[in-house]
Amino acid sequence: MAAKKPSAKKNQSNVSPEELLAYYRDMLLIRRFEEKAGQLYGMGLIGGFCHLYIGQEAVVVGLEAAAKEGDKRITSYRDHGHMLACGMDPKGVMAELTGREGGYSKGKGGSMHMFSKEKHFYGGHGIVAAQVPLGAGLAFSDKYKGNDNVTFTYFGDGAANQGQVYEAYNMAEIWDLPCIFVIENNQYAMGTSTQRSTHSPSYWERGAAYGIEGEEVDGMDVLAVKAAGEKAVAHCRAGKGPYILEIKTYRYRGHSMSDPAKYRTREEVQKMRDERDPIEAIRTMLLTGKHATEDDLKAIDKEIKATVNESAEFAKESPEPHLDELWTDIYAELEA
Amino acid sequence: MATEILMPALSPTMEEGTLAKWLVKEGDTVSSGDIMAEIETDKATMEFEAVDEGIVGKILIEGGTEGVKVNTAIAILLEEGEDASAMETASQQPASAPVPADKAQSSEDAPAAGMAHPAPETDTTPDWPEGTALKQQTVREALRDGMSEEMRRDDTVFLMGEEVAEYQGAYKISQGMLDEFGAKRVIDTPITEHGFAGIATGASFGGLRPIVEFMTFNFAMQAIDHIINSAAKTLYMSGGQMGAPMVFRGPNGAAARVGAQHSQDYAAWYMQIPGLKVAMPYSASDYKGLMKTAIRDPNPVIFLENEILYGRTFDVPDMDDYTVPFGKARIWREGDDVTIVSFGIGMTYALEAAEKLAEEGINAEVIDLRTLRPMDTPAIIKSVMKTNRLVTVEEGWPQGSVGSYISSVVMQEAFDYLDAPVICCTGKDVPMPYAANLEKHALVTTAEVIEAVKKVTYK
Repeated sequence: MAAKKPSAKKNQSNVSPEELLAYYRDMLLIRRFEEKAGQLYGMGLIGGFCHLYIGQEAVVVGLEAAAKEGDKRITSYRDHGHMLACGMDPKGVMAELTGREGGYSKGKGGSMHMFSKEKHFYGGHGIVAAQVPLGAGLAFSDKYKGNDNVTFTYFGDGAANQGQVYEAYNMAEIWDLPCIFVIENNQYAMGTSTQRSTHSPSYWERGAAYGIEGEEVDGMDVLAVKAAGEKAVAHCRAGKGPYILEIKTYRYRGHSMSDPAKYRTREEVQKMRDERDPIEAIRTMLLTGKHATEDDLKAIDKEIKATVNESAEFAKESPEPHLDELWTDIYAELEA
Repeated sequence: MATEILMPALSPTMEEGTLAKWLVKEGDTVSSGDIMAEIETDKATMEFEAVDEGIVGKILIEGGTEGVKVNTAIAILLEEGEDASAMETASQQPASAPVPADKAQSSEDAPAAGMAHPAPETDTTPDWPEGTALKQQTVREALRDGMSEEMRRDDTVFLMGEEVAEYQGAYKISQGMLDEFGAKRVIDTPITEHGFAGIATGASFGGLRPIVEFMTFNFAMQAIDHIINSAAKTLYMSGGQMGAPMVFRGPNGAAARVGAQHSQDYAAWYMQIPGLKVAMPYSASDYKGLMKTAIRDPNPVIFLENEILYGRTFDVPDMDDYTVPFGKARIWREGDDVTIVSFGIGMTYALEAAEKLAEEGINAEVIDLRTLRPMDTPAIIKSVMKTNRLVTVEEGWPQGSVGSYISSVVMQEAFDYLDAPVICCTGKDVPMPYAANLEKHALVTTAEVIEAVKKVTYK
């Protein structure tokens, strides 16, 4: 991705200051939440795997801005940002990370396996690319029921090389499923760069082989993501079948917490942070457009810090699940 | 307030590490994301970033120190405007070391299950009321009727698979269903088991009740990740919020002369998975009644059919809504001398053997499990308490077989009632050969069942 100064001017025209502030707030919440999660991991309060979303915030915030009630979303194990963006409670997410009773899955799912029926968030899946046919299946259910909801099916550039992605593309297209395949291309599948894993690195173009339209999007620009999301959503709602968005993004942190980070240079990461940070870009836009003052933004920062601290406190204080929980939720009971 | 920076755990297993190098010094201002130090774990050297912004007040552990325990304070961070005096406050308030979750909870052992047993209670009500009219039906017709009745009853039920619609089913199970229900509900898929198993599972998360037909369960190995990781585990992983009410069905086990890749019995594989239910019927009435129960069940059900049985004819009750509950075995033949337990096509060997044994004066009790998860082990125990001898019969492989599970349950719960070791009659421990004579020997045989019964009855 060519580095350039933070700018999102071309998509700025029809965005209100309130919307800009909302995106700023939503992205900042994800970043501060993830920083806190990293901290709790370091303290041993979060175990196992923990994949942080820092750097990629504009992807989910931009796409959620294009969604309506009843739309569904499903993703991989790097899922904290998606949950916060669709309105799930930070307390419930953080308490799931610490494996406590107050977590979304009562502590039984963990970082990679969380769900919210209320917010139409269908996980949180730990098997790379498994969520892609599952997402197509969610879209199938809406088409079958005859409503105009769409499903956002997120996966990474690593998952994009899995065979089941293309099985899902094929069926989604022949059945006109209202599924937006969102490739979050952060350029590294764990430690393997896209250059080392494929000779066709323009992932969205692979959709053409199945007759699926798509486009590449600047994932460091929340307004560009939102604009592309609106186009994709309109395509799906109109019954024209699936759509592919390849969103070029970047993760600042390691693949998981135990990532030695030897596959890319510190300078590469720093350059991205300095020049393309999605939150800084909106911040600059808010200030230069006189939509907010430094003090306004400081107040938002403070508010978000308080929300995140509250979620961490809740996650520490919520009790561990009762031992009886070991034996619940294995089978659903037949409703009488 | 000054805060302590603690030695972080950088992997799930890290307990201590080397603080290799500080990249900041006392007095430096840091902000969130700045790299503060390099830490070596047993796996790698990793960079450690600042979480909060502030000024490095004091470095407590020097660079190059080995064996620094996780959660030890390694530095003190001051807020803007704070001076060193704040550090004393920090050192008086050490961050409480979190207790590892697996050690925090006392694990009081549950008392061991009692050894002495009264005969377990079992459901022995007949499958249909006395006097019910019966009709003769093949397994194929009974299966189709079971699915069609449920599709008429619930419009969220649909059938999906290779050749289920226009071709009328590779084994003609779905004959006529496309005509009745239309292409929206009887759906031909491309040959893409992994993909359509995933799509169907996603559709079940979305509130539908899919029936997925695998042309045979051999091909479901391509889809087994979705069956187990996506369908069986989601209810648990979501804390009960959502699950997969669906049926995966198709012929399982050996057909005839189709070789190693098309002849595997998966009963023992799927039976092992919590979150799945597993049915493996023998008779046409059970194919129908269990299929209807499977479709209504709010959990993923594996429905293991058998190609050779498809054409067999049985009595089926002529009722409006005939269902068979899961977890209820059927006693096909009562006897006092030995218990023979089987399921699916294994029942053909069990019943044939029992008939021949009866001619020699040995009365076998023959139990058809019908479902393997849940399994009606009380019915087995109750019978063994009467006969004191047990033989199990299945076509699958011996190691980790259904029979080996049954024999362990019987050993634990009815040890004192056994007068002979349990014998598990299984398929041979070889890939299925093609040659007719070899194939016959690779499967379990009636002669082997008879021999096993004679052995446990010392005849």
